Amino acid sequence: MKGTGDFLFEIGCEEIPAGMLSAAIRELQVILEKFISASNLSAGAAVISYGSPRRLAATCSSVLLRQSDEVREITGPPKNVAYDNVGRPTRAAESFAEKQGLNVGQLYIVQTPRGEYVAAKIVSKGRPADKILAEVLPKTIAEIPWPRSMYWVGIRSVHFIRPIRWIVALLGGRVIPFRIDEVVSGRRTYGHRFLGKSRIDLRNSAEYVDKLRRNFVLVRPEERRRRIESELQSAGSKGGIKPRQDASLLDQVVYLNEFPKVLRGEFDPAFLQLPKEILITVMRDHQKYFALERRDGTLAPGFLAVINLNKDAAGIIRAGHERVLRARFADARFFWDSDLKCRLADYLPKLNGVTFQEKLGSYGLKVERVRSLARWIAEQLFAEGVHEASVGGVDRSAELAKCDLVTDMVREFPELQGVVGGLYAKAQGEPEEVSWAVYDQYLPAGLDDHIPRNLTGCVLALADKMDSLVGCFSVGLIPTGSSDPFALRRSALGIVKIIIEKRLPLSLSGAISRASSILQASQKGITSDARTEILVTDFLLERARYALRERWGFAYDEINAALAAGPDDLVDAMQRIEAVRAIRKTKDFEPLAVSFKRIRKILEKAGPVAEWRLPSVHVEFFSEPAEKDLYAAAATVAKRAEEDKRARRYKEALERIAGLRPKVDAFFDGVMVMAENSDVRKNRLTLLSELLGQFSTIADFSEIVVGDHS
Amino acid sequence: MRSKVQPEVFHGLPFQDLVLNLERFWSDRDCVLQQPYDVEVGAGTMHPETFLRVLGPDPYRVAYVQPSRRPADGRYGENPNRLFKHHQMQVILKPAPADVQNVYLESLTSLGIDLPTHDIRFEEDNWESPTLGAWGVGWQVLLDGLEITQFTYFQQCGGVDLDPVSVELTYGLDRIAAYLQGVDNVYAVRWTKRLNYGAIRLAEEEQFSTYNFERADPQITRKLFELHEREAIHLLDGYAKQSAAAKRRYPIMAAYDQCLKCSHLFNLLDSRGVISTTERAQLMARVRQLACRVAEDYLDQRYSAAPHEVGR
Repeated sequence: MKGTGDFLFEIGCEEIPAGMLSAAIRELQVILEKFISASNLSAGAAVISYGSPRRLAATCSSVLLRQSDEVREITGPPKNVAYDNVGRPTRAAESFAEKQGLNVGQLYIVQTPRGEYVAAKIVSKGRPADKILAEVLPKTIAEIPWPRSMYWVGIRSVHFIRPIRWIVALLGGRVIPFRIDEVVSGRRTYGHRFLGKSRIDLRNSAEYVDKLRRNFVLVRPEERRRRIESELQSAGSKGGIKPRQDASLLDQVVYLNEFPKVLRGEFDPAFLQLPKEILITVMRDHQKYFALERRDGTLAPGFLAVINLNKDAAGIIRAGHERVLRARFADARFFWDSDLKCRLADYLPKLNGVTFQEKLGSYGLKVERVRSLARWIAEQLFAEGVHEASVGGVDRSAELAKCDLVTDMVREFPELQGVVGGLYAKAQGEPEEVSWAVYDQYLPAGLDDHIPRNLTGCVLALADKMDSLVGCFSVGLIPTGSSDPFALRRSALGIVKIIIEKRLPLSLSGAISRASSILQASQKGITSDARTEILVTDFLLERARYALRERWGFAYDEINAALAAGPDDLVDAMQRIEAVRAIRKTKDFEPLAVSFKRIRKILEKAGPVAEWRLPSVHVEFFSEPAEKDLYAAAATVAKRAEEDKRARRYKEALERIAGLRPKVDAFFDGVMVMAENSDVRKNRLTLLSELLGQFSTIADFSEIVVGDHS
Repeated sequence: MRSKVQPEVFHGLPFQDLVLNLERFWSDRDCVLQQPYDVEVGAGTMHPETFLRVLGPDPYRVAYVQPSRRPADGRYGENPNRLFKHHQMQVILKPAPADVQNVYLESLTSLGIDLPTHDIRFEEDNWESPTLGAWGVGWQVLLDGLEITQFTYFQQCGGVDLDPVSVELTYGLDRIAAYLQGVDNVYAVRWTKRLNYGAIRLAEEEQFSTYNFERADPQITRKLFELHEREAIHLLDGYAKQSAAAKRRYPIMAAYDQCLKCSHLFNLLDSRGVISTTERAQLMARVRQLACRVAEDYLDQRYSAAPHEVGR
């Protein structure tokens, strides 16, 4: 079609940080589609965007070459103002026409809701697309959001993620002319730094992907990903050895290379004496290598590096990577040996010099607090019949937990905190209970992560997180929006997950107030008051709601109903939520929930409780059979339901309560609550109030949202 | 675990030829060849030829080797890769040329590196010096997985926004030499045709590791920090009171030397392990404050109070 042309846009850049590239590629597409459609240039074809370290690009197979003319109608003065009574245009009509650049004769009358008005038709000529795009593309460049941009010419010149060195902008094969500082748009792009032709002139968008591929640049991230994945398999899988799965590392290398190739290197098997965790961290985080695993999960003495080249004929590159890894491993071994020269516990005094938080003191103090709280939690659990963690083991693991923070290994690999402490504890002969507890103390890292593998680790993790939470809240460090420097949301979520998954009978309020009193004893000048404890509780429950919804799939109103009836024991609350969910589908439940909501409203409207609440229901004030019936039935159900509840047969209890529905319905059909006679009225209100109180201890039915379960 | 200094069949450039080649390369590209600064510094950036020259509008190009002291990085000469003192080749190009990446890559060719046979990449690495109030964005340049250069577009120095932008190239000479010579241990690097790195530097590493970690007297070091800080403040306070004519000769550069002394003494205290995290932040802020005041006064002196003729 003559009126359209293909579009190609490439921003040539010095190496864009790998972690930012995929978002930028998406943004470029969104921004361009927005501008093309807002400028009325869309011919219906989609914008496709691409990117590799040295370029962000987009193509569109068809864009209008010129905006269509735009016809607008402008309303002027009312007809009776614009024309006199013989139909001649007035001064008002003339000046309106003049303003629109028309003759009075070109005006016409339109019908509006407010009456008849004069109108004018204005035709704006569509502008040519290259002119519009020459304005839009600089704006597009400016609009791509980056976490941190820079300038490279002067402070007033353009800002971008890295210096822009060339721009390709073509429409229908012709250059869209514009400039960004010293860079003038054109048709010239640049290939791979060292392979193929360095300068490439492009004719149109259709040849973009292929022509760059021929010059060793794969502009489509999916293509690079497929190539890497298949080479990882072919280079890494041999004789029972496989590359270690690592999705996030794969994401990085996809955006680090324009023409990726996988190389296999080897290392001295002697390094395999170092723990696997450390070897993997060195390879993955520092060198971006994939580790090789045997069937039994142990490492093989080799690695896979992704390089930005097509071959390594002489093996020079492989030898280089092997040498670097050897040096890194030698460093790690040096740290391992020198750290282990003293006992883990000997690092404790050094923790007094490391600040946890200014007002909350050093890590030395934190360790003391965590020990004390962890012991208390262990004792509580022991008393409740949970015996797999010894108080001594818990205490020892809390004592050693933070020692690794001052080791050389953690200073070098901060992401290994906890893990390193656990490995050192194990190497120094601490019992497994203790070493795994230290190892796992920072778990879970998120909603889908594991909790610590043993109960000792769970108790340590609970105490550590609870201390951070209560401590930070006490000094006013409460997370807001995106600011959560101490990762308190993660801590709170961790507490919830550990309690629920490990089914720990632990009172939240008890643990919070214990943490709070330990803190006040440890840090003079900190007053952790009841208000702080309420804030911490609410914060934890908010995370609990989130976890129960997202992780366990409960509906929000089922969660609210159960938590409203008592949130302190999360395991018990979870059983009650399960019961609510189980009986929700039965026929009586939701109608009963509606009735409970009605009861709540009636009671709220009845005025202050003191004015109507009787000490107990008086049978002699009953006048209607329906109220007598309800009273009698409720008494029987209450007794049975209470027995069920005590035995934690929540579903049975709720079923019994739901069975009251016909009586409740009959009550509302046959009884006027707000009776004239005040004794009768107060008695009825008291009956309803007792009903609500008795039957809301498992779940508050009035929280159930009827007709909308998600 | 003293590292063995093994005789090897050497390939690649001796350490000092590496330096000579880079100096020749950058000299040919209009750089002033400077000498290392004679005050202890932790990085080539702290040399006044970088810290002061990147301020203000005048174009400048300079290259020099800077031995850089990092007390906490010492390992008594026992670790094959860690040094208390390493050598940086520092290049400042102001303003940053548009083809700077290519020129940099060409400089690698001058070391005998055949670019198309290597895996060379620019990986994001933003640089910041909290004590200098300086930061920039850029990359670490990796040669077959080895970090050989820090490549930075300066954005701020001494708390001042830079305009124009300078590009800073910092080559890690010791590890480049080890790479080129194919040795795993830095002490085995051949410095000249006959002498290796260990013969020249091992004693220094051993002694300074002992000093930095064990012997430096914390009280004396602290006292020295305070004395140098006091001298710097004294000098900086005096600048504003000078007449325009006297400002020109006023020793802002001497105040900067005092600031560098403080920075080094702070590093020493840190390696002695005698400062807490909180105090650490406070001491860094004190050095930064000196650096920012130097930058401000330097700009005033050079461009407002008594401008030197350009090119003088």
